[in-house]
Amino acid sequence: MLIWEFTLVVWLGSLLAGLLGSLTGLGGGVVIVPLLTLGFGVDIRYAIGASLVSVIATSSGAAVAYVREGFSNIRVGMLLETATTLGATGGALLAAHVAPRLIAVIFGLVLLASVYSSVKGPPQHDTDGPPDQLAQRLRLDSRYPARDGVRQYHVRRVPLGFGLMGLAGLLSGLLGIGSGALKVLAMDQAMRLPFKVSTTTSNFMIGVTAAASAGIYLNRGYLDPGLCMPTTLGVLAGSLTGARLLAKARAPGAALGIRGRHPGPGGGDDSQRPEREDLTWLPGSLG
Amino acid sequence: MAPRKPGLTDERMDQIISGILRVGVGLAALVVFAGGVYYLAKHGGQLPQYRTFRGQPPQLRTLPGILGFAFSSHSRGIIEIGLLLLIATPIARVAFSVAAFALQRDRTYVIITLIVLSVLVCNLVGGCR
Repeated sequence: MLIWEFTLVVWLGSLLAGLLGSLTGLGGGVVIVPLLTLGFGVDIRYAIGASLVSVIATSSGAAVAYVREGFSNIRVGMLLETATTLGATGGALLAAHVAPRLIAVIFGLVLLASVYSSVKGPPQHDTDGPPDQLAQRLRLDSRYPARDGVRQYHVRRVPLGFGLMGLAGLLSGLLGIGSGALKVLAMDQAMRLPFKVSTTTSNFMIGVTAAASAGIYLNRGYLDPGLCMPTTLGVLAGSLTGARLLAKARAPGAALGIRGRHPGPGGGDDSQRPEREDLTWLPGSLG
Repeated sequence: MAPRKPGLTDERMDQIISGILRVGVGLAALVVFAGGVYYLAKHGGQLPQYRTFRGQPPQLRTLPGILGFAFSSHSRGIIEIGLLLLIATPIARVAFSVAAFALQRDRTYVIITLIVLSVLVCNLVGGCR
């Protein structure tokens, strides 16, 4: 296979990965690494580098749409980004000292966990718990636009969320994924943010987290232009297309046969929850 | 883009951030695409070699190296500039947040955001290896 053929096939594969990632909520990253390594025999280090870059593209591309709608909590995002970027730095540095084979095994386990949480969805929780002292001092409490008007919420258990975010960053830097599933878990379950706020803020953070480790990967020579070109353009196009499809499918009653309240691109069954019905698409929010 | 001093609400911040991301991703995709077309025209007929890891040549690992490589019209250097723009997009977003929190006179968050920014910049210029 010549370079132009390889480029075309990888672009098509990435397009499908981006599409699949945005429709299922798994994100592009968790699909792109196995695709490149198992499908095209690419060395996992090149694959992780290419995946990281495409994760930045989809996260930033998606953020354009929903940041303006006022769901994401910028203070929570920024505070937790200290944890994710430091974690990602650690993960990227660690990647140089861990055998590629072991990275592949860890990747598989994380992929399984992501699929599980995507299908099952996190348990419901109420978002109007009592205020938390640390969260109040950090001015994390905020509000978001719901169906029935603006809703207030309190942020809880900041240290636990912070710790989970460090772990999410570590996995992101080590595996080249967005690890949005863990980010959403930390905010939705640990810190008790409304689900909608968790997913949008998570997606908002993924780009910054990925940029932290992408810098290290660049300096180490893991970012191959010839490989990153088709993957980035493909995943970006695929996830934007997936987002369009989701927006259309969100019309009453429509579902793409995707079950569960997954913390992904708005979720396939959001229509069942009135206050979430208008949740914008979030391609790449997990991968 | 210039935020008025008293009027920089969180909502306004969101809008500006959204604009930064849109421009950054759009520009990056454009440069990567242009470099990609050029790359395929020049190297499309060769054989890809990704099975064994060799890493990039030194001039594609550092900021000045990439710039020099691209300006001597190397297609891979041009693509790499697009990738740099992409990596720089979230960094620009964080940099803007520093200024925004400063305008809001929110010292705690200026410090928090500066920490994030310094980690990002440090990793990109290769100071943290």
